[in-house]
Amino acid sequence: MDFTLKIWRQANAKAKGKFVTYEVKNISSDCSFLEMLDILNEQLIDKIEKPVCFDHDCREGICGMCSLYINGQPHGPDAQTTTCQLHMRKFKDGDTIVIEPWRSKAFPIIKDLVVDRSAFDKIIQAGGYISLNAGSAQDANAIPIRKELADKAMDAAACIGCGACVATCKNGSAMLFVAAKVSQFALLPQGKVEAKERVKAMVAKMDELGFGNCSNTGACEAECPKGISISNIARLNREYFCAKMS
Amino acid sequence: MTVLNSKIPQGPLQEKWKNFKASQKLVNPSNKRKLDVIVVGTGLAGASAASSLGEMGFNVKVFCYQDSPRRAHSIAAQGGINAAKNYQNDGDSIYRLYYDTIKGGDYRAREANVYRLAEVSNNIIDQCVAQGVPFAREYGGYLDNRSFGGAQVSRTFYARGQTGQQLLLGAYGSLSRQIKQGTVTLYSRCTMMDLVIIDGKARGIITRDLVTGEIQRHFAHAVVLATGGYGNVYYLSTNAMGSNSSAAWQAYKKGACFGNPAYVQIHPTCIPVHGDYQSKLTLMSESLRNDGRIWVPKKKEDSEKLQKGLIKASDIAEEDRDYYLERRYPAFGNLVPRDVASRAAKERCDAGFGVNGTGLAVFLDFKEAIGRLGQHKIEERYGNLFQMYEKIVDTNPYKQPMMIYPAIHYTMGGIWVDYELMTTIPGLFAIGEANFSDHGANRLGASALMQGLADGYFVLPYTIQNYLADEIRTPRLSTDMPEFVEAEKNVNDRINHLMGINGKHSVDHFHKELGKIMWEHVGMGRTEEGLKKGIELIKELRGEFWKDLRVAGDRNEFNPELEKADRVADFLELGELIAKDALQRKESCGGHFREEYQTPEGEALRDDKDYMYVSAWAFKGQDQEPELNKEPLVYESTEVKVRNYK
Repeated sequence: MDFTLKIWRQANAKAKGKFVTYEVKNISSDCSFLEMLDILNEQLIDKIEKPVCFDHDCREGICGMCSLYINGQPHGPDAQTTTCQLHMRKFKDGDTIVIEPWRSKAFPIIKDLVVDRSAFDKIIQAGGYISLNAGSAQDANAIPIRKELADKAMDAAACIGCGACVATCKNGSAMLFVAAKVSQFALLPQGKVEAKERVKAMVAKMDELGFGNCSNTGACEAECPKGISISNIARLNREYFCAKMS
Repeated sequence: MTVLNSKIPQGPLQEKWKNFKASQKLVNPSNKRKLDVIVVGTGLAGASAASSLGEMGFNVKVFCYQDSPRRAHSIAAQGGINAAKNYQNDGDSIYRLYYDTIKGGDYRAREANVYRLAEVSNNIIDQCVAQGVPFAREYGGYLDNRSFGGAQVSRTFYARGQTGQQLLLGAYGSLSRQIKQGTVTLYSRCTMMDLVIIDGKARGIITRDLVTGEIQRHFAHAVVLATGGYGNVYYLSTNAMGSNSSAAWQAYKKGACFGNPAYVQIHPTCIPVHGDYQSKLTLMSESLRNDGRIWVPKKKEDSEKLQKGLIKASDIAEEDRDYYLERRYPAFGNLVPRDVASRAAKERCDAGFGVNGTGLAVFLDFKEAIGRLGQHKIEERYGNLFQMYEKIVDTNPYKQPMMIYPAIHYTMGGIWVDYELMTTIPGLFAIGEANFSDHGANRLGASALMQGLADGYFVLPYTIQNYLADEIRTPRLSTDMPEFVEAEKNVNDRINHLMGINGKHSVDHFHKELGKIMWEHVGMGRTEEGLKKGIELIKELRGEFWKDLRVAGDRNEFNPELEKADRVADFLELGELIAKDALQRKESCGGHFREEYQTPEGEALRDDKDYMYVSAWAFKGQDQEPELNKEPLVYESTEVKVRNYK
């Protein structure tokens, strides 16, 4: 398969960026999207040009490192799929593919397609955990938890922190990410004691870091590679409202 | 010779860890504030260690090459984590977990370390549940378990197929809490380039900021390496692309012995290789072997037709299928340990019964389980794995059996450590996959997560104090000391050298070549002749690398090519050490299979008389032969038997 790629190139955070067009040929349809970019980079290195920088690591769809806005969609056209698990068979021979970095004020560009997502870590550091010292826990079966609650907590906990929800949201909101973490703990007995402080601190931090508000367009859920449900945002709102009221 | 003092405490096996804790030195809270510890790596071992040390009151600096600790490759572990809880009332105990692990490791691990691992396993589950890890539960609300390769009890705790992710996010939460409290400082997109040694003790590291290229010096009273394994020497592996052994390799070059490098685990259930552009291999959790049955056709002509795509798996009648694991190992069946399952797959494929277009794959079939349990139950247990398989291979595994083949997965070898997890360099510790200590020649399923968290939460926080208690009078040393200046200069020289070669080939070109040599000559089946040839080829390739490498971009910018070049330079040396270690070990054990040493039935043939030792290699200078040191393995409490899964 042959493709024309229009890729956003930007030397660093301060430089001005632009689209540059490249051609790649004889790509196997079994090739992953990132392997296709590897092939492009080999070509560029052969021509003594700078390869295109993009974030990636596990290439198994779980570390959340890969990103890329592909033809206007985070992680490309395939539903519930990270970029590293997207394969070229999802495109047509001869296609032109536009590749951009995540677009959000809270995720500044580092270089080319690489952005800085440390704002997510700062939100977690504000309180997205259970305050527990190592070695002091009681027996794991001491508190039974209903299976359906444990399953729902797991549904929320499956978030990989890739940032697609922020990138696709017209408001650049981090609500789905925050909601997933808040929901995981809200559904389990272990997280209850500090639930109010947690939700208030995380939402305050999210606002402080320049993420926008949720206006219920649902793009985050539609583009989430792990299918995290927008109903978590409803739970977040409820938790936040109750915390504020009490 | 290097003196290897394993510091195993006296007393009966069951009492060693208790006795150690009762008599070790402690650091009082006001002194903890005066002591700095560096932790390199933020996976299960690194994040749990850094957060525990921070909680205790030490000043911790933690480094990760990714943008966030949440990306560490521990996150990709799918199947589960073992503990001897015996919640299922199926006869499990600490001793049994210990015994399975030491037997699974082919009696090439340290008794005392493995027993301690089994002992603290139960605390790990308690800790993680209290952290909010959403483990799978039964309808009664209690924790669910499943079974894994190498065990006949159900002791594996799991969170769907994302156990590693949930455990890592738990540890990441603990770490984040300490970062907020200011006890831990996080350096992300930052890689360790060298270790600084002052008066014979590890006193700091040199790092490179991966965004700006800036070289920095960091002092600490002790340094902990939690940098994972070295499987990426083979290029194609199940490791994340960035997983590397550079920090460990720099420590080796500064005097830390490297233990058992030849012990590389080949995981039996990976998605087979399909093209030469491929960048990595994807593992399918071993838990699939609970319900999946592995087979190839009985008749070679059926395999040939499958290879040509003329027929499908479903066209082959039940009586024409060879469930070779069930046939050869009736007691353990599809749940034999990984090395046994991997070799059995290779044996069938080498004999011409493979089923992929390449002839290098076997079937993992869920038809019987779907019939017995219903598709719904299989979806619930393994849904995300099935989905992942379909994405990559483009066939529906609910309808057609999966195809799998072994791939490089986990490295049991690593930096040599004593019982306190300290290396041969005082003040330098190694934990998790980065050390060699707990797995022997082979690692059973669901035991890597266990070791990472055991070391980080429950072992290192105690043992490191035995060292740090004597350091309370050491002031914070200036990073202007000559040792720091020199280490930084060496790092700069190395980077300039790599950037200045200006040859013809990319980094990936050399890495792929190395991978081919390693898989061919230092892979699943090793021979004296092949290993010698492999060593020659690696040397040649290393020569070409330093003559003909081209690193694109500049050094003072975000430059992944430079990062890779630095790592591949180290892999090219480590690959040779793996081969050397494999060459000297004239026996077969666990993941190390020397074809000359096998039973008439094709099983691994150990030589306990001559090889019951840990090989600990010491660096003797660039282009010098490394020195082989041997730590004899003494089994006081365990009868050493032939591993038998029949």
